[in-house]
Amino acid sequence: MEVWILQLFNGISVSSILLLVALGLAVTFGLMNVINMAHGELIMIGAYTAYVVQHAFLAYAPKASFDWYFVLALPLSFAAAAFVGWLMEIGLIRFLYGRPLDSLLATWGVGMVLQQAARSVFGAPNVAVTSPSWLNGGLDIGSGLVLTYKRLFIIALVLAVLTAMYFYIYRSRAGRNMRAVMQNRDMAACLGVSTRRVDAASFAIGAGIAGVAGCALSLLGPIGPSLGTYYIVDAFMVVVLGGVGKLIGTVVGAAGIGITSTMFESWTSASLGKVLVFALVVAFLQWRPRGFVAMKTRALDGQ
Amino acid sequence: MLSKGTGLGRRIPKPWLLAAYGVAVVLLLIAPMFLSDFRLNLLSKFLAFAILALGLDLLWGYTGILSLGQGVFFGVGAYSMAMYLKLEATGGKLPDFMSWSGIDKLPAFWAPFGSFGFALAAAIALPALLAFALGWFTFRNRVRGVYFTILTQALVIIAVTLFVGQQGYTGGTNGITSFKTVLGFSLSDPNVKTALYYITAAVLIGSFVLCRWLVSTRLARVLEAIRDGENRVRFFGYDPAVFQSFAFALSGAFAGLAGVLFVFHVGIISPSMMGIVPSIEMVLWVAAGGRGTLIGAVVGTLALNWSKSLISEAYPDGWLIFLGALFIVVVVFLPRGLVGLFGSAVDFIRRRGKRHDRIPYRPVVPEGERQL
Repeated sequence: MEVWILQLFNGISVSSILLLVALGLAVTFGLMNVINMAHGELIMIGAYTAYVVQHAFLAYAPKASFDWYFVLALPLSFAAAAFVGWLMEIGLIRFLYGRPLDSLLATWGVGMVLQQAARSVFGAPNVAVTSPSWLNGGLDIGSGLVLTYKRLFIIALVLAVLTAMYFYIYRSRAGRNMRAVMQNRDMAACLGVSTRRVDAASFAIGAGIAGVAGCALSLLGPIGPSLGTYYIVDAFMVVVLGGVGKLIGTVVGAAGIGITSTMFESWTSASLGKVLVFALVVAFLQWRPRGFVAMKTRALDGQ
Repeated sequence: MLSKGTGLGRRIPKPWLLAAYGVAVVLLLIAPMFLSDFRLNLLSKFLAFAILALGLDLLWGYTGILSLGQGVFFGVGAYSMAMYLKLEATGGKLPDFMSWSGIDKLPAFWAPFGSFGFALAAAIALPALLAFALGWFTFRNRVRGVYFTILTQALVIIAVTLFVGQQGYTGGTNGITSFKTVLGFSLSDPNVKTALYYITAAVLIGSFVLCRWLVSTRLARVLEAIRDGENRVRFFGYDPAVFQSFAFALSGAFAGLAGVLFVFHVGIISPSMMGIVPSIEMVLWVAAGGRGTLIGAVVGTLALNWSKSLISEAYPDGWLIFLGALFIVVVVFLPRGLVGLFGSAVDFIRRRGKRHDRIPYRPVVPEGERQL
């Protein structure tokens, strides 16, 4: 019984990290159809922002307030990654709309340059980030089961980001414009929506969420220039499995991949578990080729 | 758009083209006389890569399917041959890395690789089968474009994890190494190295001729038609999935063959040579040379790899920045690659004389890509 609860908690925890990493992609890939291979590097930027904020607190803030650096690091990570994302959009991505394979190659190039830049600024080895002390320890739920606060915090953070995104996309004017532009660009433009600005803003928001993910990942272990590349392919799988264009699909995809992979990995080995998950995703696509939740469309080629 | 010939043949008069190919073949033949052993070995490696690039060009340039998983097929081919070479080096006994990881009997699936013929056949057939299976299960459901690309990338991740994880069978992170002989010839003998170079060059020329022939057949018309408008092809009564899977399997076979030759020249194969980064670099070879031209794939592979070794010798950190910038420049400014640039220059020169009937240049963006 305890094993099952722990398994489930691990699964949910892995899912929440996958979801956090994939939420940004749900905007840039899911809504805008841009394959942003530099997404991993935007995550890395968020993580390094947390690192820099922490060092700034060590150097300038009173010692007692150190624990609160993380509260400042979260919005700053969002801002830093969103700014880089915005620069990418106005400098490169805007020329590549409608050419997803080209955007894949070009953003891969951007990712490489960003990674090398991080390597020259922060050095190639990983750096450690000290987590705030209020996140150390865990919740003891009896019979030797401890749910660590860090994982619980990340689950809460994912819920918060998800809620914020829901309200932005489905309940705000800006979000309505965004959906309108993604669904029918010409019609939205006719009705006075500045599609250029909506594109740039959407991409920046997707990038910013990647930054938040990076900030959260800095809680879990050391961070380095190749931090994002570990997560990027899994995150794309989440979006493909969940289906494009709806937030709920991303949630389902992350839960599916996260829970099944922890299950398989505990039954077999880590490497065989990955193979099984992949086989399962391909099998799933036999049943629903467009992912779990797909936008309904009558267009011949979909999306 | 079912125009015949997306390559250079349309622009450059045939005698000139044949002469250019002749010069290239002669250069390949005399290269061992000018290059040091080290450079010749590099060139052999790049020629092997070029074979892979040809297959990728058939898949991407002609059929419009971008695979980021070529590293896996390359790796499977290379591992098959490496298993043979390893068994030959140990005289059919248990390889050293197996006894380190606590395996005391040669695994059953290793045993047949003691035969050269089987290893070579497996090196080509296994990647082709793997590609066909993955292609069949995805294309049949009309999973395509970027979704397919992401699936191939996931394939790379799981292949690498699998090869690293199953250390007892694959040698783990270190891969398979320390080979001595092939069919009794010492791999460290300079004469054998030169012979292997000529074999690689011959295989490359053979592959090129095969591909050239293939793109002149009706099969290639169908592939190009799928690239330009998959649904219209479906309405004509063809089943695109069959053709797409075939093209994918073919590119897998070429990648496997390239892996075999690579192992001969480099003497090691490890999971890091089939990972995400090498797989994406392979795509850039084709993109930089000019996709859909075949010769572009070869030119791009040689040019990029040659500059990679020169740049990383001079500035060890510079290559990544250079490569990253190259991705951006090629995509934004040179969508038709180096060969396309050359083709535009030829067009420009030929039209200078009769400027009044000059047709404005319109880049061809395949319909399939516009829709996605």
